[in-house]
Amino acid sequence: MKDFAALFTAIDQTTRTTAKTKALAGFFAEAEEADKLWTIALFSGRRPKRAVTTTQLREWAAEEAGVPLWLLEESYPIVGDLAETIALLLPPATRHDDAPLSYWINELRSLAALDIETRKARILDAWDRLDETERFLFNKLITGGFRIGVSQKLMTRALAQATGQQEAVLAHKLMGGWDPAETSYHALIEAEDPGADESRPYPFYLAYQLDDPPERLGAPEDWQAEWKWDGIRGQLILRGGSHHLWSRGEELITGRFPELARAVDFLPPGTVLDGEIVTWDGSQPMSFSTLQPRIGRKTVPKKLLKEAPVILLAYDLLEADGADLRDAPLRDRRARLDALLAGLPPDAPLRASPRITFDAWQTLADTRAAARDMRAEGVMLKRLDSPYLSGRKKGDWWKWKLDPLTVDAVMIYAQQGHGRRANLFTDFTFAVWNGNDLVPFTKAYSGLTDAEFTQITSWVRKNTLQRFGPVRQVRPEHVFEIAFEGIHASPRHKSGIALRFPRMSRWRQDKPVQEANTLDHLQQMLATYGT
Amino acid sequence: MANVLTFRPEGIYCPAGDFYIDPWRPVDRALITHGHSDHARPGHARYLATHAALPVMQHRLGEITAEGIGFGETRRIGAASVSFHPAGHLPGSAQIRVEVGGEVWVVSGDYKTTPDGLCEPFEPVRCHAFITECTFGLPVFKWRPQNEVAAEVNAWWAANAAAGRVSILGAYALGKAQRLLHMIDADIGPILTHGAVEATNAVLRRQGYPLPDTRHVAPDLNPKDYPGALVIAPPSALGASWARRFGTRSTGFASGWMRLRGVRRRRAADRGFVLSDHADWEGLHQAIRATGAEKIFATHGYTEIFARWLNSAGWDAEVVPTEFGGEEDEVVDSPGEQAPAS
Ligand SMILES: [Zn+2]
Ligand SMILES: [Zn+2]
Repeated sequence: MKDFAALFTAIDQTTRTTAKTKALAGFFAEAEEADKLWTIALFSGRRPKRAVTTTQLREWAAEEAGVPLWLLEESYPIVGDLAETIALLLPPATRHDDAPLSYWINELRSLAALDIETRKARILDAWDRLDETERFLFNKLITGGFRIGVSQKLMTRALAQATGQQEAVLAHKLMGGWDPAETSYHALIEAEDPGADESRPYPFYLAYQLDDPPERLGAPEDWQAEWKWDGIRGQLILRGGSHHLWSRGEELITGRFPELARAVDFLPPGTVLDGEIVTWDGSQPMSFSTLQPRIGRKTVPKKLLKEAPVILLAYDLLEADGADLRDAPLRDRRARLDALLAGLPPDAPLRASPRITFDAWQTLADTRAAARDMRAEGVMLKRLDSPYLSGRKKGDWWKWKLDPLTVDAVMIYAQQGHGRRANLFTDFTFAVWNGNDLVPFTKAYSGLTDAEFTQITSWVRKNTLQRFGPVRQVRPEHVFEIAFEGIHASPRHKSGIALRFPRMSRWRQDKPVQEANTLDHLQQMLATYGT
Repeated sequence: MANVLTFRPEGIYCPAGDFYIDPWRPVDRALITHGHSDHARPGHARYLATHAALPVMQHRLGEITAEGIGFGETRRIGAASVSFHPAGHLPGSAQIRVEVGGEVWVVSGDYKTTPDGLCEPFEPVRCHAFITECTFGLPVFKWRPQNEVAAEVNAWWAANAAAGRVSILGAYALGKAQRLLHMIDADIGPILTHGAVEATNAVLRRQGYPLPDTRHVAPDLNPKDYPGALVIAPPSALGASWARRFGTRSTGFASGWMRLRGVRRRRAADRGFVLSDHADWEGLHQAIRATGAEKIFATHGYTEIFARWLNSAGWDAEVVPTEFGGEEDEVVDSPGEQAPAS
């Protein structure tokens, strides 16, 4: 674990991408194969099967540290990470150990076969053999969520540097459903034909947000416009008679959307489509809130299938007849996609996402203004001669979203943040006027700069009216502009309203509290934009 | 138990002596624990602080009507007798003991229990009620011995110097900066200081606190003349254009908050050194036990959690109902909260 801990520290101590890549490439060049494989696995979101629950971990750690469980629970949100909280809380280790990362992973994997008392003894023993950083990493192996500022892209680059293979080739090898417990570094990275895996997706190409006026993009005839749907990005793979559906987060979500199983009846094997999964009322997408209950479920009850059926609105064709089309220009890919989907019956779970015709940017701007009527978030702009790249690359794909909805609201409660912002007040509750009363209607956590959070923190400390545990009621003095993406009725909320993606877009220090918006205003917005 | 001290919107108040301790609104008579801006505020009619704390206060607050008192010296104010005792937080910092009719209350101010070699070491004071800070009142906060942190800073500095980089270390101008100067190995290379740090150095040197030689980064100073230098500056200067003159550099930041990875990453410095002038979890307990107090009031920091813990562990603890503004030295650590450079 020492080498892996040193790697972690090197990466964690710097904000420079080049330094991180260098540290990681150095590790890939030196480490033993099992450690390399597990490092790739961890940095791509995989981890060994969980041998103990986080509840057990908390209880054992509190007991070892000699503090009541509630005190650990109170410390956790402040530290922001359970693995770290436990690592910091435990008494110092009394022993040292030079075993490598893969040893500790195998140790964790072997726990599954043991009874709970033995598991506990082995975990306590491990804690006593690891220093603070190693312990944190060990806990992370159990709790998962290995986010340390290493993106898959950065890791792939480091691996390319260490192996001399091309980044794109490696990116493809690392996609898909491989399991570090079932494969080897050699099979995954060094072997010739890892593409044999039928379910393997292509890396997604991601669009940038368009902030400049679209005129800067050049001639309108070089661009294709589509609606930007408010659904889930998905890649549908049809190979060898079966289908696989991948989310943008590289999760295999085939089972969650059984509607798409019928795709194999309509399309030939060797087809890969990129598109948006949306709930569909027969003629247009339904609101995102109807899709939400389907996202978390691994199996879908019949009722939900009937109420919120999904389809894939396809906008790109990555593979046809088993051939990789990504280097072909969008113009050609799109023509083949349209031809492929043209003859499909109306009840097929697939449709081509329509293209928006326009001859001038102003025409498109006008069309975009009506995006909400189409249940879209804006429009997508794609350069007609562009290949299908991987990752987020500037230049060829742009998302041109509608401006968010906004409301001016008064801050009435404040709570301290956690993790990165543990010592600042960052979590606020906002209210609008209803006559002379302030009615809370949303919380928001993000959108301010650290300097602004610091300023408001100082103010909160001096203007607390009452405390309810960690929550402070503050003097209603500050108005913030709250931006959000959607609004819907919610009987669970006091205001009867719930917002989608609320955040603080501006601190309206220029605005007196009396000029904040009213509940009436929110209700009008609900009537206009509500879903 | 009689209320020797009460909590008013202006701050901690002693009715028997008609004075306040570290008040945050202007009052007639203020007893001040130490010179940090959240404790020593401008606008009071009369100040009382230790002889050792006064020069910095006068430097920061300008013309004030102030009286000095020695550590351990007792003074009668109305029906109260007061005395000041070392808090180990920074040079001159004190806890304030107030006795009225045989009942003793102590206000800790900010403190740390482990000696740093520069300031007067913390001295436990027996009392009936103890008003304690708890900036780091969570069991995850544990400090390593000062010599280990010093070795870390020295190694970082030496490695930077060898690689031709300047080391810039962010530390609060009063307290942390001088503690660092005192604990590092001054033989590694030249030490440069930001104006805010150097001004405080000058005051403390005149008082006789031992600090190594430093050179003020004046506008005409050419950084190239000081290869391998360590620069000590307030945290706000690290990200500012001020730091750019040093060319290739590595930045570090020393604070108790560096114990938390999330905060460490927010600072976006290359290195975070865990070094605090406040007591850690164990230090708070040592201090509380040593007072023998039956009543504890928690202020500054994770007050609710800390008080709840103390109650569960058998003390009679409460949260100080009034919050005294922002913290200068550890709680708020952004550019906007710095003491003015002079
Ligand atoms: Zn202080
Ligand atoms: Zn303080």
